[in-house]
Amino acid sequence: MTVDTVKNAENTPDQEQPYKELGLKDDEYARIKEILGRRPTDAELAMYSVMWSEHCSYKSSKVHLKYFSDTTTDEMRAKMLAGIGENAGVVDIGDGWAITFKAESHNHPSYVEPYQGAATGVGGIVRDILAMGARPLAVMDPLRFGPADAPDTRRVLPGIVAGVGGYGNCLGLPNIGGEVVFDATYAGNPLVNALCVGAMRVEDLHLAHASGTGNKVILFGARTGLDGIGGVSVLASETFDDSAGAGKRKKLPSVQVGDPFTEKVLIECCLELFAQRIVVGIQDLGGAGLACATSELASAGDGGMHVYLDRVPLRATGMTPAEILSSESQERMCAVVRPEDLDAFMAVCRKWDVIATEIGEVTEGDRLVITWHDEVVLDVPPRTVAHEGPVYNRPIERPADQDALQADTPDRLPKPARDELLDLVKTMAASPNLASKRWVTQQYDRYVRGGTVLAQPADSGMIRIDESTHRGVALSTDCNGRYTKLDPYAGAQLALAEAYRNVATTGATPVAVTNCLNFGSPEDPAVMWQFERAVKGLADGCVALGIPVTGGNVSFYNQTGSTAILPTPVVGVLGVIDDVRRRIPTGIGAEAGETLLLLGETRAEFGGSEWAHVVHGHLGGLPPEVDLAREKLLGEVLVAGSRDGMLSAAHDLSDGGLAQALVETCLIGEVGARVFLEGDLFTELFSESTARVLVAVPRTEELRFTDMCTARGLPWRKVGVVDPESDALEIQELGSLPLAELREAWEGTLPALFD
Amino acid sequence: MARVVVDVMPKPEILDPQGQAVANALPRLGFDGITSVRQGKHFELEVADDVDDATLAKIAETFLANPVIEDWVVRRVEA
Amino acid sequence: MRVGVITFPGTLDDVDAERAVRYAGGEAVKLWHADHDLKDVDAVIVPGGFSYGDYLRCGAIARFAPVMQEVVDAAKKGMPVLGICNGFQILCEAHLLPGALIRNHKLHFVCRDQWLKVENNATAWTTRYDQGAEILVPLKSGEGGYQADQSTLDELEGEGRVVFRYVGENPNGSRNNIAGITSANGRVVGLMPHPEHAIDALTGPTDDGLGMFLSLVDSVVKA
Repeated sequence: MTVDTVKNAENTPDQEQPYKELGLKDDEYARIKEILGRRPTDAELAMYSVMWSEHCSYKSSKVHLKYFSDTTTDEMRAKMLAGIGENAGVVDIGDGWAITFKAESHNHPSYVEPYQGAATGVGGIVRDILAMGARPLAVMDPLRFGPADAPDTRRVLPGIVAGVGGYGNCLGLPNIGGEVVFDATYAGNPLVNALCVGAMRVEDLHLAHASGTGNKVILFGARTGLDGIGGVSVLASETFDDSAGAGKRKKLPSVQVGDPFTEKVLIECCLELFAQRIVVGIQDLGGAGLACATSELASAGDGGMHVYLDRVPLRATGMTPAEILSSESQERMCAVVRPEDLDAFMAVCRKWDVIATEIGEVTEGDRLVITWHDEVVLDVPPRTVAHEGPVYNRPIERPADQDALQADTPDRLPKPARDELLDLVKTMAASPNLASKRWVTQQYDRYVRGGTVLAQPADSGMIRIDESTHRGVALSTDCNGRYTKLDPYAGAQLALAEAYRNVATTGATPVAVTNCLNFGSPEDPAVMWQFERAVKGLADGCVALGIPVTGGNVSFYNQTGSTAILPTPVVGVLGVIDDVRRRIPTGIGAEAGETLLLLGETRAEFGGSEWAHVVHGHLGGLPPEVDLAREKLLGEVLVAGSRDGMLSAAHDLSDGGLAQALVETCLIGEVGARVFLEGDLFTELFSESTARVLVAVPRTEELRFTDMCTARGLPWRKVGVVDPESDALEIQELGSLPLAELREAWEGTLPALFD
Repeated sequence: MARVVVDVMPKPEILDPQGQAVANALPRLGFDGITSVRQGKHFELEVADDVDDATLAKIAETFLANPVIEDWVVRRVEA
Repeated sequence: MRVGVITFPGTLDDVDAERAVRYAGGEAVKLWHADHDLKDVDAVIVPGGFSYGDYLRCGAIARFAPVMQEVVDAAKKGMPVLGICNGFQILCEAHLLPGALIRNHKLHFVCRDQWLKVENNATAWTTRYDQGAEILVPLKSGEGGYQADQSTLDELEGEGRVVFRYVGENPNGSRNNIAGITSANGRVVGLMPHPEHAIDALTGPTDDGLGMFLSLVDSVVKA
């Protein structure tokens, strides 16, 4: 086959190239020509187009994301070992341990092929964590779907759940949390976000760079095939427009198939390589495959790089250099190794039956040069590929209907009569967003590795990091897209506040933030406005709480036609707990004689609430008020309560309000409670005012705990008692709900829809 | 009644971890000379005489196989 | 008291099995799939996971691993062997235990806390339990349905070789609600649920599973 070489490109300056089909704009193509001083080769065009795509270059979001680092103070940065720009953020949690965590989206692939899309989403984020030098320890998956009863949801949800489970279970990583949320805007645009957390000793942190002239570049893991190169196949058809094979390939779907077994072996192989200290730099291969890995490794190092592309082990025949560079075959890593360590490196790979190939070396100078059977097919300054891509200042415009949306408050909605409230508790508990997600989570292994202290349906997932000191971490991801639609700035802060509160509710101190920002098209000024406001809100919120954003991910173009998804900035908060044995569980009834206290204040806040959504299908008004100072105080009180053993259970109040929190804490604890409320009972039960937590306090600790709340200025109120003898949730003045009936309502919904 | 066989195989360009695992094990078990293994699914359907080929093709395409990642072949065989 | 824990490529619960051995006072010894070497251990645990990806059939490739040939020989001489989940599947494929495990009847992977009834407390791995006791341990598997022909089932039941039975709703379609069985001499035990994930109420539903590892330590000390 003939291959488009640099020499050929110099000789054929006027050859037409399919840059538009590859997603490049006229000015972007012109800039590539300017950088190179000639037209790009096919391989160069493939590399630039994929690296300058929205997904890899963050060209629409970059100018806004800068606000995260601009607002991060030195004090917030104190515990950060690596931040935005690395594969994943890294935080020092004490005792010599560093934690790395990150979330990523795999939305569109999961709509096309739910099982494999979700599976490879898990695989990708796990390799990101591995590439930091850490052992991946747990995953969690925030998911969004169309209406629970929509036919397409029946196709998409079971496939995605099975894919998340199939891959994660086979990898041996416990799934400790996440979300399952239904909303009509996600029909056709399900969101599959995957988060992974890993741990390492502080001194073992690996950053991706290719340093040291003469060092070898090793590609190891799976072979490279035609996975996910659908986009680049236009090049093949241009170059070989008369060959039947090229025509056939043009129809290739951009689907990748994951092999979790290969990834598990790759993890163990990498960890053994790290332990032997024979890896200078390491990079995972994800989106944009080798194009991304080679250009990022080279641009982060202190020299150039030469890659012999014909050495890459292939799974398919007749692949072109452009295809090899842009293949998204899974379960591959790229390492930089000193020549003297090469034998040891290969020996470890042989032990684990991992294919490893020396594909290049670090060179003097500052060029990334790729050859194909001795002919140069790519010769570029790597920074121009990886870091100096186009940056857009997209138009931003507050949507014309935003005022009308906010003016349409839930005040006009008819409220339930007093004698309807008890039934409403049950109806709400059975509604898809509030119903038990057990049907989903019981397909995930939560126990493997023996470190899981808390998992779904706990407020946050918690894992033990150190078996001798009992130090551990807690993680929660949250986002209410309806709140964010009503007010993107406040909505992002509410997502942050809830994740922060969830972590504190289990007794851990929140220390760091990651995000996965899912939005519609950046070419829509209204979407860009949502995005800009959400980023500002999240960053300002982090400053108020004093914890840094250590990394994140942006997913644009989540829309069907002109209808975008609810803006969904998923926020993940990491917390540290000195001793996981002091964790606070979610279910009541662990201690004999507990008092139920409601911490925080309740106002009549129903804008964007689950009640307005379920009962009236209404979305309008303003979301609940944000009070980050109060969230911080609440967090401190919860952590103090955990440390001093004053709390026997705690559960965050969020979607569905106090009613839902009561239902869940009783059902999880398998014990009844008697509740007495004051004021307007509808507001008491269903308002979604934030900065509130329901806690159970052993009677012996009640006074000590309430004195502490009073002294610190945290409002508290006694709302009931746990009744170990009772098998019902009794709400004074309203009546009694048998737990069996509540359980049927809460746990019956998802099996009825998806079994 | 007739017997219809539907064979579903991963598309050639799609990674087949199952087949790969078998192929990798064979040399370890002392069987040499097998260069590639691909693993698929084999369905046997007992079909009434009035079910036409178009219907069978639709069953294969929309249900038995996932056309995104799999190819399929429908064959009528002697009962 | 040296207890070997085998690691195949794709094994996941080896770290948990090793921890359980340590909690019971034994010394956990790592065994590698490719070695013809049991390192002088007194007993072997074949832990859970997805050996070699479990793509062909669960346990089908692992049974041919060099280390398994040693395990089969040692088991025939009376060495206590415990197969958990994938380990149970491997022991069945290796014919150390009769029957086979097939896909769960509801087709989904199931991870849940499962009550088991102890039906035989005379094996090398169950002497710490009272006959008829009920224990709560995690079950997590996609192919956990125990199957055997009727004569094999009759033989297992007749000889009291069913060690654990599921209590309540059958989670995977196992015949006779069988969760675990033993060899004729009571030295080899295989079960689908995971006692090694129930050795501490902090990280498991209970510490009910620890009894299996304590039983082993007892039996070898006595022997």
